[in-house]
Amino acid sequence: MKKNTRVAVAGLPVLTATLLVATLLMEGPSRVVASDQPQAAIADVKIDNFSFAPETLNVTVGTTVTWTNRDDIPHTVVSTDGIFKSKVRDTDEKFSYTFTKAGTYPYFCSVHPKMTGMVVVK
Amino acid sequence: MNEKPKDYIDQKLQDLNNDGIDRRGLLKCMAWAGTGLVWTLSGGIPVSRAFAKGIDKYGSKDSNKGAGFSFVQISDSHMGFNKPANPDVEATLQAAVDKINGLASPPEFLLHTGDISHLSKPEQFDKVDQILKSASAKDVFFVPGEHDVLDDNGKSYLERYGKNTSGGGWYSFDHKGVHFVGLVNVMNLKAGGLGSLGGEQLEWMEKDVKHLKHSTPIVIFAHIPLWSVYPEWGWGTSDSAQALGYLKKFGSVTVLNGHIHQTMQKVEGQVTFHTAMSTAFPQPQPGKADSPGPMKVPAEQLRTLLGITDVNYVRGQHSLAIVDLPLG
Repeated sequence: MKKNTRVAVAGLPVLTATLLVATLLMEGPSRVVASDQPQAAIADVKIDNFSFAPETLNVTVGTTVTWTNRDDIPHTVVSTDGIFKSKVRDTDEKFSYTFTKAGTYPYFCSVHPKMTGMVVVK
Repeated sequence: MNEKPKDYIDQKLQDLNNDGIDRRGLLKCMAWAGTGLVWTLSGGIPVSRAFAKGIDKYGSKDSNKGAGFSFVQISDSHMGFNKPANPDVEATLQAAVDKINGLASPPEFLLHTGDISHLSKPEQFDKVDQILKSASAKDVFFVPGEHDVLDDNGKSYLERYGKNTSGGGWYSFDHKGVHFVGLVNVMNLKAGGLGSLGGEQLEWMEKDVKHLKHSTPIVIFAHIPLWSVYPEWGWGTSDSAQALGYLKKFGSVTVLNGHIHQTMQKVEGQVTFHTAMSTAFPQPQPGKADSPGPMKVPAEQLRTLLGITDVNYVRGQHSLAIVDLPLG
């Protein structure tokens, strides 16, 4: 009986290791992280001098884009297709939106409509 | 029917092209005056007159009470703005009121052509109302700027200033024979666009002026210029041509705007366009900076670039006399 137990106990770490390796192989090249959510991507747009920079931003699905107003005049961020709309943002205030679907998202400042930008989500 | 006979000299003035003093050049000079000397055009010929209501063209005191009247346009008070271009917009608005109260000829009312507040906040509107209470003229007529209709599509602006207005806050009124029309061109702006009046307002305006006599002087006031000052910066209104079309029959049309925080003037036939200075901060001239934002100048210069506009109507004269008065 003792012999069998020793074998059984010895076999456990081997089994665990095998399972771990198998998991790692299945996950592919991504890191192993504590939570089971994929790590969120972020991107920034700077608002300054009555313009959005970069004017066209390319991001991946699931990215949260944050607009920061560095201008000395308030602006807004409003989707031309009615998908997102910020309240007015004064200097140093921010607005964020997470893009969950692929597509092109033109937007503008509703206070100064000549200010336009685009987010391209792939 | 030709209400205004074509004056031979007037015709000649209009035909001149960058040669001598044509009507356009004269009015550029008018805008520089600002010192109390008032030039008016009478049948196309410039006539100087002392800057006081009640003095007719022969220099004698006019005892006729109905000879005319004056009013003052103020604009772009941006209550709540506190950046380096002007850390104290309350003080400069008060200085504007002091200027109004110091006029030799007290205005009968004020027109505020918008951007009353900086962020559409109730306390900002309250502060402007409070400061204007100390003006000699007790009646103030407002139209909104884009800073007055943030976040709520003008709901709080209309709650405060929308009595007796239609739609987005447009309205008209008559004063001593002059017809005033307040227009709103800062709502429902489209991406990449300019100021916009919209179909509903244009329909209303057409009806509003339709039955007025051609000899009625008309004053239009709105925030964003109703002429193409500098489209690259949004300084214009996409559908203003239609509005101006309804005014073709009138012998005297004056269009008063704000938004650009500097004075600019243009004459086109019977129509005089004029923009006012801000009482809060100056902005650069078209194309002279990267963007049309607040322009910082040395502290001692600030008040020379802020100001009010005094407008005189003299009965029987075609055009209103417009004088810009800086605060310092």
